[in-house]
Order: sequence, then C-alpha cells, then structure tokens
Amino acid sequence: MKSLRKFMDRIKPAFYGGKLSSLRSVYDGFDTFLFTPRDTSGPVGVQVHDSMDSKRTMTIVIVALMPCFFFGMYNTAYQHWLAAGAIEFPFWEMMLYGLLAILPMVLTTYIVGLGIEFICAQLRHEEIQEGFLVTGIILPMILPIETPLWMVAVATAFAVIFAKEVFGGTGYNIVNVALTARAFLFFAYPAKMSGDHVFVATQPILGVGPTVPDGFTCATPLGQIATAQGGDVALTGVGDHAITAADAFWGFIPGSFGETSTFCILIGAAILLLTRIADWRIIVSVVAGALCMGWIANVFETPTYPGSYLNPADQLLFGGLAFAAVFMATDPVTAARTRTGKWIYGFLIGIIAVLIRVYNTGYPEGAMLAVLLMNVFAPLIDWCVVQANVRRRERRLVAAENALDATEDKIEAEEGRAS
Amino acid sequence: MEIKIKKGLDLPLAGAVPAEAKAPVAVDCKRAAVVPDDFPGFIAKVDVREGDVVAAGQPLMHHKDCEAVKLVSPVAGTVAAVVRGERRKVLRVVVDAKGAEGAQAPSFAVSAKSSAEEVAQMLANSGMLVLMRQRPYDIVPNPADRPRDIFVTAFDSAPLAVSRVYSAEDAAVMAAAVEVLKKLTPGRIFVSRRSAAQCADIAGAVMVDVAGPHPASLVGVQIANIRPVNKGEKVWTMHVSTLYKIGKIVRDGRADFTTTVAVTGSEVEKPYVASTVMGAQLDALLAGRLKAADHKVRVIAGNVLTGVHEAEDGYLRYPYTQVTVIADGSDKDEFMGWASMSPKKMSVSPSYPGHWLRRLFSPDARTLGGRRAMIMSGEYERYVPMDILPEYLLKAVQSGNIDAMERLGIYEVAPEDFALAEYADSSKQPLQQMVRNGLDYLRHEVE
Repeated sequence: MKSLRKFMDRIKPAFYGGKLSSLRSVYDGFDTFLFTPRDTSGPVGVQVHDSMDSKRTMTIVIVALMPCFFFGMYNTAYQHWLAAGAIEFPFWEMMLYGLLAILPMVLTTYIVGLGIEFICAQLRHEEIQEGFLVTGIILPMILPIETPLWMVAVATAFAVIFAKEVFGGTGYNIVNVALTARAFLFFAYPAKMSGDHVFVATQPILGVGPTVPDGFTCATPLGQIATAQGGDVALTGVGDHAITAADAFWGFIPGSFGETSTFCILIGAAILLLTRIADWRIIVSVVAGALCMGWIANVFETPTYPGSYLNPADQLLFGGLAFAAVFMATDPVTAARTRTGKWIYGFLIGIIAVLIRVYNTGYPEGAMLAVLLMNVFAPLIDWCVVQANVRRRERRLVAAENALDATEDKIEAEEGRAS
Repeated sequence: MEIKIKKGLDLPLAGAVPAEAKAPVAVDCKRAAVVPDDFPGFIAKVDVREGDVVAAGQPLMHHKDCEAVKLVSPVAGTVAAVVRGERRKVLRVVVDAKGAEGAQAPSFAVSAKSSAEEVAQMLANSGMLVLMRQRPYDIVPNPADRPRDIFVTAFDSAPLAVSRVYSAEDAAVMAAAVEVLKKLTPGRIFVSRRSAAQCADIAGAVMVDVAGPHPASLVGVQIANIRPVNKGEKVWTMHVSTLYKIGKIVRDGRADFTTTVAVTGSEVEKPYVASTVMGAQLDALLAGRLKAADHKVRVIAGNVLTGVHEAEDGYLRYPYTQVTVIADGSDKDEFMGWASMSPKKMSVSPSYPGHWLRRLFSPDARTLGGRRAMIMSGEYERYVPMDILPEYLLKAVQSGNIDAMERLGIYEVAPEDFALAEYADSSKQPLQQMVRNGLDYLRHEVE
C-alpha cells in the first residue's frame, strides 16, 4: 500500500496547479476512495468523529442490491432460455448471459452519470460525491432488459442534470434520480418501456444463449392484468405456464432486471435495516399501505378492473412495489425526514401505488409514479409535522405568559389590599 | 425530582481514570492563562500590562459593554504576556505564578442580608459571573438581568469525565451560595445530580436526580426536561464547581481558583485526577504522564466532544475540568478506511463490527470522511434529548431565517447540546459551530 500512496503523492502536483488541474476533482475522488483523508478535526468542535461516512453508506446500499443484481442476471437468462424452449438450464452459461446483458447498461449509466458528476464537482470546486454510485447501479435494475443503450444514456444524463445537479448535487435533490430517469423513459419512449416485447431478452449475446423464435412476446404479470378484458386473469409466464405466487416470490417471472425476486429484495431489506441505512418506518408503512389498498380493492372486486382480483399479498409479489419500498422509498434525501412524516409518506406510497395499478389500466405499475409523487409531497408532510413541534412551543409560551400575568395580577391585588 | 434521559450515547473510550486514582493529586501551577474566547459574549478590554504584579482574583480584563464584569487572574504573580491576534484581538493573558509579594487579593462581603445589586456586583467583580452562562444565546450573563431560574449541573457525563463527589459539608458551603443567588431570581435554583451519593442535598435548592447516558449532564438537556426556556425568558446556568466557589466567597470573603482536572485519554499512561489552578499550563499536568508514542498526539483541553485542541504547553480551558490526550491521526494512511471491517473502529453504525463489541476504543482526531450535505435523516435526533427538531433548526440557522430559528427553539439550545450529534454525523458537518454562528447572528439582529 505504501507504494500506492507514494504513487498518488507523486502524481498529485500535476492535478494541483499542474497540467491536469482540470481533473483535480477526479484525483481527489480517487485519492479519498483509496486512502482515508488525513484531515483532522478543527481546533474547536468535536475532536473525534464516528467512523461512518457517506462512502460507506452508499457502499452498503450497493451491497444490499447485490442479491437482486445476481438474481437478475440469472432470471434474465432463465426467461431467455424459457423463451427459446430450452429444457436444460446450464447455470454458468446463464449467469454469463445475464452479465453480458446487463453490463453494457451498467457501464453506460456509470460513464454518463459519473462523467457529469465529475464535471459538476470540478465546476463547483467540490469533492466528488458518492450519491451516483447507487443511482448508477439501481437504474439498470429497474429498466426492462431490452432498453436500448442510447436511451439509457439520454435518461441518465437528463436525470442527473435536471433532477440532481441543478438543485445542488447529492443531498439536495427533490425527487429520486434513478426513478426520474425511468419516468423520463416511460413517458418519452412508452413503446420501449412497457408492453410484451421488452421484458424478455430475445437475442443471443456474443454467441452466448439459445436463439428465440421470431415474433416472441411475453408480458409481465401486471402487464397482462392491465390489458385484460374483464374478469379474473389467469397469469401466464414465458412458455404459457401458469405463474404461481411462489414463482413471484422467488422471482422467476418476467419483469425489470432487478425487481422480480421478492426473496432477494427481502435479503437487501435485511441488510439495510440491520445497518440502519434504511428507515424501517418507511418500509413497514409502504407495505401496510399497499396491503390496505390491495385489501380494499379486493373487497370491491369488479370485472371492470381486473387488478382488483389480485389478493393483497400478490400486490407485493408482482411488479416493482417491493423493490420500490425497500430501495426507492427509503432514499433518505427524497423521503420524508421526520419520524411521523415517514409513516405518512410510506403509507401513501403504498396506497397510491396500488391505486394506480388497479384503477388506471394505462399504467400497469404504479410504484414508480407513487414514489415520485410522494417525493414531491415529502417536504409538505414534513412541514406539517414540524408545525406540530412549533405549535407545542407556542402553547408553552402562551401558558408561561398567562402564568406571569396571573402572578402580576395577584401582586397588584395584594398591594391594593395593603393600601 | 427525577429525570430519565433516553436518547444519547456514552462513547466507549479508552483512557478513563481508574476508580483507585480518583483522589486528586496536587499539581503545582507555574503559569496560567485566561482566554477571552472561552467566554462567549465577553468583549475583552485589558486592564493590565506585561510586568504588572497581580493577586489571585485581581481583574485582568473587563467586559467592554459592562465594566463591572471582570476576567480575573487565577493565580498571584506577574503578567507575563498579553497575546494579541489579528486586529489586536486579545487571545490570552498569561500570568507567571511568581513575584507576587505584596499583592492584596480582593475580598468581598456578601451575606443573606445583601441586596440583589450587591450580590450581582460581587459575582461580576469576583470573576464568578463569567463562569456562568445565560440561555438564550449561551453567553456570559449581564449582571443587571434577573433570570427566571438558575440551573446548576453537579455532574459530568461527558466521555472520560470524572464527576466529583460533593459531601454534606460541601453542600453546606453551596447552601450559602444558593442563599445569596436567590436574591437574583424570582424563580428557583435547580441542581441536577446523579444521585444523593454523588452530591448531597443543598438547602434551598431543588435537587434533580438525572439518569441516562450523555448528554444527561448538559444543563440545556436538563432545562428542556425541567422547565424549557421560552422566547423572552432568560435563565442562568453554571457548573456546580462555580456554585461551590461562590459559596466559598460568601463564607470566607475570598475567591478560590483551584480546580480538579481529570487527565484522561488513550495516550495517557496512567490517567489521574489533578488538583491545580484554573487556566494552568498543561505541561505540568502532562509531564511524565504520556505514553511514549511514535505518532503525533493531540492534546485536548476539555473532553473529546466540546474541548479545544491545544499545544502540549497550552493551557487548561473553560470549564477547567478535563484534559484528554488522543492520537492525532494526521500522520496515518489508512487504505480504504471506509470499507474497513476492523473491530478497532468506533462507530454508532451497526455496519462496523466494533459496534457490537463491548470494548473500549482509541479513536484519533481524523474526520474519517469528507463533508457532505445532510444526507441521512434522523441521525441527529437520536442524540438530542430535547423537544427540538435538530435538523430543521440547523437548516433554519444555515439559511439565516430568524423567524424559523425562533419557532424551532433556538432560544433553548447551546452549541454543546449538538456535540454528540456532530460526532455521529456521517456528513461531517460542524454542527456546534453552526449553532454558535446562529446564536451570535440572532443576538446581533434581535438585540
């Protein structure tokens, strides 16, 4: 490690005032990544600091996403193999296929997103911030596997610039950056983001994977519900076999890359909750809201809205709601920040997500829109909660003033009696 | 009266004073300094010159806005230096404890019969008033004010701090102080302690037993749980040692400037308690007491949360009760420290193995991360046991919004109330400095 340190020290002058000054933020980014900065506490203020920092926070989120990521690799290939009518499922070949399918998207988001981050950090003379590390991995995970790379690049650039950097960078954004990118694609290129063509990879990649017959289509479970005409829907997966709740729990269903396996999402949730990165209040309240609305819809089931036939628990197994509850709604920057506020915020996300799913057949999945909507309302919710604290203080002041008046009156009365 | 503090944290630091070493060892003070910066709101005008002979308790400086308020010399001797910084700001006045023959220490005559003005005059002239704080603003009180209540904290829950035991005899001395202080307030005098064994009942004061982790001993936390400060109200606060000193003045007529100091920290060979003079030079306290280290060490005058980084030959700083010596860390390269799973790293985050271990830690003074915007929510409120929303108050301070600061309770807080939150903050923001700036700004705008 000493030689690496020496190397970093040797090249430092080039970035500080030297030829490469315009890349100073890049150097700083790498330097602080490799070595804990030697900066110490100032002369006044706290003299020791906790070991927790922003880098570790973001890394833990990425670690929590890994089960979903690896399962996504497997499931992408699994759906592809199914579509090709395969009977054998060679594990390592499938994992390789999944990796080859997702890697270009991950590289695209990181190159575009981090590039913009580096430029903005350089312009602002700030250290590189870690926020995009999470955004960059989460975005490919919530996109259909067939999304063209140029769209991923455009959406990433749009979201990073207009949802984050214009507000001041990591920690200042109002809406979730990854979801903004997804919403951008959803509304700008609806044909490529929903329907029955995009969720299953149909081409072999670099010679890996079987060939899928032309004209293959398969919609996600929620997609099937949204396009169904009346009555309860029998959900089918690739190859027309029926989808069971167990399939949905383990994740062997078509869907966006990382969202299908509720089991892997639960592992991620456990990591986030154990390390206190995600607030349990939000996750619990999203689930409660979804179950509550799912139950209401189910009680008033109607053929007009086939989604109302889903039982409340299925609402959490299908689609991206569970993923959104654990990884999207809990983004501390865009979520409500007060304790009470978090309960309200999460509960409304659950309610609205299911509401959109069931009663607006134009949008098969409501989780994305629900989180974005509540991101916008989170400051309002917090404001109301903060007002409660303010009112408590005002009441205390009034009570103290009244008490003071009372004692003064008493003194006056006594003086009056004395004279 | 009893209070139970639930939020908070006792930092598990190595270098505490062992139970058998808690009897104070007398350490001679050859040199002492008075630092005006330790007394917020006090604008120093120097009354002495280099070479002047001063007695213990004789004024060195007075407050520009209120001449009666004095900063006094803690030792008898000659003024060695008046150190000034930029724009002739007084940094410190240093007094050598020698050659003070013939200097007459001022004496004060106050008793239960004295008027409120006489008591206030005594406090201001004897250098006792500067040891108190007024809330709001956390500043040296104005002797003309009459506070709503007076709050005294009789113990110290800060990391590695030692709480002195006050016997019934000591309590009798403090009762004399309580008697005269009662002239100044229409309200009550609250004294917070750990238990009756730690501080005996003081006649005339309301005794409050406080349980729970740090910041239980912070007077702001106690006020918030006893009788919060409303807009327009003023309360005075002080440490019990100040109350004891006032008691001594009432009894003997003369001020006593000795103090007991816990010398602690992971770089101290044998932590101990010293008895010395307020503002004493640190080298005498530390001589022969430090571990032989091959790395830089940091001497902190005070505890690790609110103390000041001083040189090894620096001086004891307000409130003159603790010195902590830890590793500095500025000479240390740690490869990818943010990813470390070492059990030696101290953290409130369960992602570090050390969080789960019942062990003591020897952290250094590094910030362990770059400064960021406030990203995580709810981090601060775990460590501020008051009816305050720390994050919103700090944001109001940052934006200079006076109205919002008032509504969110700026009048109830002092910088030290945010020290633990500043320690735990993963965004590494200087919260105490922010609160101090907010208080100063508000005072400047409102008064």
